[in-house]
Amino acid sequence: MGRIAQAFARGRPAFIPFVMAGDPSLEASAAFVRALAAAGADVIELGVPFSDPIADGPTNQRAAERALAAGTTPAAVLELVAGLRAGGLETPLVLFSYLNPLLALGDYAPRAAAAGADGLLVVDLPPEEALEHEAACAEAGLDRIYLAAPSSGPERLARLAAVGSGFVYYVSRYGVTGARKVLPSGLGEQVRRVRVAAGRPVAVGFGIATPEQAAAVAAVADGVVVGSALVEVIAAHGAAATAPLGALATRLARAVHGAPR
Amino acid sequence: MDGAPASGGQSSTAGRFGPFGGRYAPETLVAPLEELERAFAAALADPSFTAELHRELGAWAGRPTPLTFAPRLSERLGLTVYLKREDLAHTGAHKINNCVGQCLLARRMGKRRVIAETGAGQHGVATAAAAARLGLRCTVYMGTLDMERQALNVYRMRLLGAEVRGVEAGSRTLKDAINEAMRDWVASVADSHYVLGSALGPHPYPTMVRTSQRVLGEEARRQILEQRGRLPDLLVACVGGGSNAIGLFAPFLDDPAVALVGVEAGGRGERPGEHAARFLGGRPGVLHGARTLVLQDEAGQVLGTHSVSAGLDYAAVGPEHAWLAAQGRARYERAGDAAALAAFRLLSELEGIIPALESAHALAWLVEHAREHQGALAIVNLSGRGDKDVEQAQRLGA
Repeated sequence: MGRIAQAFARGRPAFIPFVMAGDPSLEASAAFVRALAAAGADVIELGVPFSDPIADGPTNQRAAERALAAGTTPAAVLELVAGLRAGGLETPLVLFSYLNPLLALGDYAPRAAAAGADGLLVVDLPPEEALEHEAACAEAGLDRIYLAAPSSGPERLARLAAVGSGFVYYVSRYGVTGARKVLPSGLGEQVRRVRVAAGRPVAVGFGIATPEQAAAVAAVADGVVVGSALVEVIAAHGAAATAPLGALATRLARAVHGAPR
Repeated sequence: MDGAPASGGQSSTAGRFGPFGGRYAPETLVAPLEELERAFAAALADPSFTAELHRELGAWAGRPTPLTFAPRLSERLGLTVYLKREDLAHTGAHKINNCVGQCLLARRMGKRRVIAETGAGQHGVATAAAAARLGLRCTVYMGTLDMERQALNVYRMRLLGAEVRGVEAGSRTLKDAINEAMRDWVASVADSHYVLGSALGPHPYPTMVRTSQRVLGEEARRQILEQRGRLPDLLVACVGGGSNAIGLFAPFLDDPAVALVGVEAGGRGERPGEHAARFLGGRPGVLHGARTLVLQDEAGQVLGTHSVSAGLDYAAVGPEHAWLAAQGRARYERAGDAAALAAFRLLSELEGIIPALESAHALAWLVEHAREHQGALAIVNLSGRGDKDVEQAQRLGA
């Protein structure tokens, strides 16, 4: 069983924080990732910065800009992963990227696997364009995480079931990434629909900001992704964000893990 | 519009042009894009839709546009030059052809709002006008650098009832406006249609835009046969995303004797960031939903571009152009800022027509390469008129 599958087999919802690699520096990102792991993260999503992130809201756009301004390249993100593994980090790592920076790496799947990544989520690579990606990742032993959305009907969910592994990342509402105050209604039913169709655990993301929201989502989902709320802490504190980031992640992890099921 | 795919072996299945094109879109947009593809096909098959489109293009948008012989320019260059007068289409550019089609389609799909991106402002103005005509709300995204360069068009869009939202991100040009328009659409797809303005983006956009713009090429073909009794030797069109060029080229793809030349923005030099010549400095990548040639650095980050012309100032080229080049069916050349400004002035002086700076790039290439084409019969697509550029050209001393 791979690290990601183990993370979803603990009999409790998984807490999945996201940070952008290289924001504000790769050294800082390494410290952030270790703090997230210590706070109880079950899987960590590490963003690969891209110049034109069409699916991201302002918070993550600015994080990518800061990371690029610091000179972060996809190859450097892989070095960050390798360094974390060399330092003993055991938490599963998913690279969250757009396709173009991965293509620039060349044989990105074996390289990501060799660095110690466990899975790839490519935001602008839907299943129908993912033939080569699927084969390359499967051969390298990487999980392929795909997005599902409220607009994904039965046909699309069936297609989703035919590819991918690990878990499905359910985009809980229309729109780009970013913290929101109100959670969508009917989420439990939507998650069930995706879980049955895909036959895999379903993590919910896009818009979860507070421990209360995280607990509410954890009550119906197999995992809870929190991104923008954590990225905002980094935006506010820069390289000194390790402590406040760890504190928020600890509260979020407790809320997710302790959610009544 | 007609739904015929590009012929001559370039036909696309599922939005593919050889290895280019495709639908590299976030999952949130895939179902809407599939719905759009189905609605587009159904509309094309519906005679009442095509009849209304034809009526609007004629009575409201001013089609057909003339094909004008340019006697003094021809004499100066030593070849026979005809101009396809898209500058005379309503709102001053070929962009209106696509906007009428897509706005009619949006209304047919029950959408009440349209979104557009714009570089030079021509597509934004055309979308705003078509939306006003059809009673649709309209939001246009425009880089703030382009808003400075094209202040007049910003006012025109607002006059036409559109909301213009400035985009401060990145290079503050077309690429960033597309990012923002796509983000809007991801969040508003239930009631909004995204009127993409060029032959780029995820399937079905490149095919849909080519189908809409094909009307100008079909007219040009008919008109040159009427006026000269034969097909031209050479077609020249500027290429930003490439919608005016693909519209002109499409009906000639199966005529191998007709040479097709797309002209990109050579900007002020060949170094990265100094131009928007994707065929010079681009390599295959994925941007804004399509696999195509993209100006990017070694790490896959999209490069800034430069052109005196906002409409050509874009880092990726429409995927069908990448494929036409790969097959050797069309070739892609470039003209720089200075040459374009000189051509802007030349056409004004010789023919009494002020061309858009975008179209001036096509003219500039012909001026620079006239010696290699002596005696040829050429059609240059005058994709837009230059009123919007007069102030900038004056500032630059054209």
